[in-house]
Amino acid sequence: MNLDPNARYAETHEWARKEDGLIVCGITDHAQEELSDVVYVEFPQVGDTLAKDEVFGVIESVKAASDLYMPMGGEIVEVNVILEDSPEIVNEDPYGKGWMIKFNPSDPSEWDDLLMPEAYEASVAGE
Amino acid sequence: MSESVMKRTHLYQWHVDHGARMVPFAGWEMPVQYPTGPIEEHHTTRQAAGLFDIDHMAQVDVRGPDAETFVNWLITYDVRHMKTFEAHYALMCYADGGVVDDLFVYKLPDRSDETGRPYFFLALNASNREKDVAWAKAHASEFDVAVRDLSDETYMLAFQGPKAPEILNRLTHVNLDEGPRFTASTDTIFEDVPVLLGRTGYTGEDGFELFFPAEHALEVWEGILGAGQAEGVKPIGLAARDSLRFEPCMPLYGHEIAADITPLEARLGFAVSFDKDFIGRDALLKQKLEKPDYVLIGFEMLDKGVPRHGYEVIHDDFGVGEVTTGMFSPTTGRYLGLAYVPRDISALDTEIEIFVRNKPKKAKIIKRPFYLPAYRRASSE
Repeated sequence: MNLDPNARYAETHEWARKEDGLIVCGITDHAQEELSDVVYVEFPQVGDTLAKDEVFGVIESVKAASDLYMPMGGEIVEVNVILEDSPEIVNEDPYGKGWMIKFNPSDPSEWDDLLMPEAYEASVAGE
Repeated sequence: MSESVMKRTHLYQWHVDHGARMVPFAGWEMPVQYPTGPIEEHHTTRQAAGLFDIDHMAQVDVRGPDAETFVNWLITYDVRHMKTFEAHYALMCYADGGVVDDLFVYKLPDRSDETGRPYFFLALNASNREKDVAWAKAHASEFDVAVRDLSDETYMLAFQGPKAPEILNRLTHVNLDEGPRFTASTDTIFEDVPVLLGRTGYTGEDGFELFFPAEHALEVWEGILGAGQAEGVKPIGLAARDSLRFEPCMPLYGHEIAADITPLEARLGFAVSFDKDFIGRDALLKQKLEKPDYVLIGFEMLDKGVPRHGYEVIHDDFGVGEVTTGMFSPTTGRYLGLAYVPRDISALDTEIEIFVRNKPKKAKIIKRPFYLPAYRRASSE
């Protein structure tokens, strides 16, 4: 399982990374591996304000549909529209080109509740 | 069903060693995908060839003086139309016309019989094995036939794709370049393994289904993969098997066909011969004359979203039917589905909605199949 050392993780398999005052979010390498080939990603509207652990979208793979959860609360600033036509990028580059949303965090202190890479790895191993 | 009672094919360890993800299917632990993923496996089969471990499927043979009469009573297709070494798609129905199972029937020379009469070999679904065998045996008692379940000793592989014939041709003695679709041949492969080769399949591509003694499973599996290495042959899991059968709109038991669905509703009339008697004929003939109330249609999503089995179909704000299979179709790049709807709204281009995760999404009825099978492409050239 690949991990981004600069990211923090949610037990629901999203990663979050700080970029230019915003939070970028996607799903982990472990999650894309478990999902198998991704065929569709449904995004929130830019401007939506969502709470931590609220559903921000849906990822559909050849296997099943899974909800995507906000790792922190915030206002959606941008969604990765490239994934609408090329959802396979989530499989190919989950921490890079396969990012899903950028949001402006409502409560930056929620960052501290997220898991460090090692802790996320341990939680996956214990599943 | 707990894992401890799950059945495993002779290739189970091979699949695990090659990174397959194993899932329960019809009481078996089967490979659903290998590490490159189902979509690449799908394209490999369409463009080169793929090898499928389908030993979970069941096989039955029927021999004896009444074999032809009995099989003709048991299944929908008229086997009197078949020559020996031919194969045909057919169904077994209940008296009310619902489907017991679908199958491929082979008419083969019975070498143990001096009168030269044929015997019949049926390839059936794994999930229906016990039910099918019991059904066939229950109806055999009035006939002079022997019905045998050969599933345990018979291994079944499918080798499908445009490159499959030339690769298999290098490994066998018969000239497979000349074998038309829906025929069978008996041969040996890898020196001494007796094999029945059916030019059939469940992918819409040219190719074969192979039946041979189960103890040779690993030898034949690895032998074909090795022989096709230059052409890019790969093992294919159940996920790609499903998307490959879905595009040419081949039915799957429990989805497009079931005990409460008839072959006519499923638009499988080509496999039903009314000019002979068979179990379910009266009900089906009545339905044919009156026309079915519900029919299977194909649809394409207009709004983006993935339709899936069990999703509701909506027309003019009313729930009118249910999706039987839906997915992203790798070959067409579109989100497609099959569903049952009332016949009066089944016309092409009819706009419907699919209830995708609590949201209605626009779709429209389109022509089936979504992908023209190889044998139909060849005949339309």
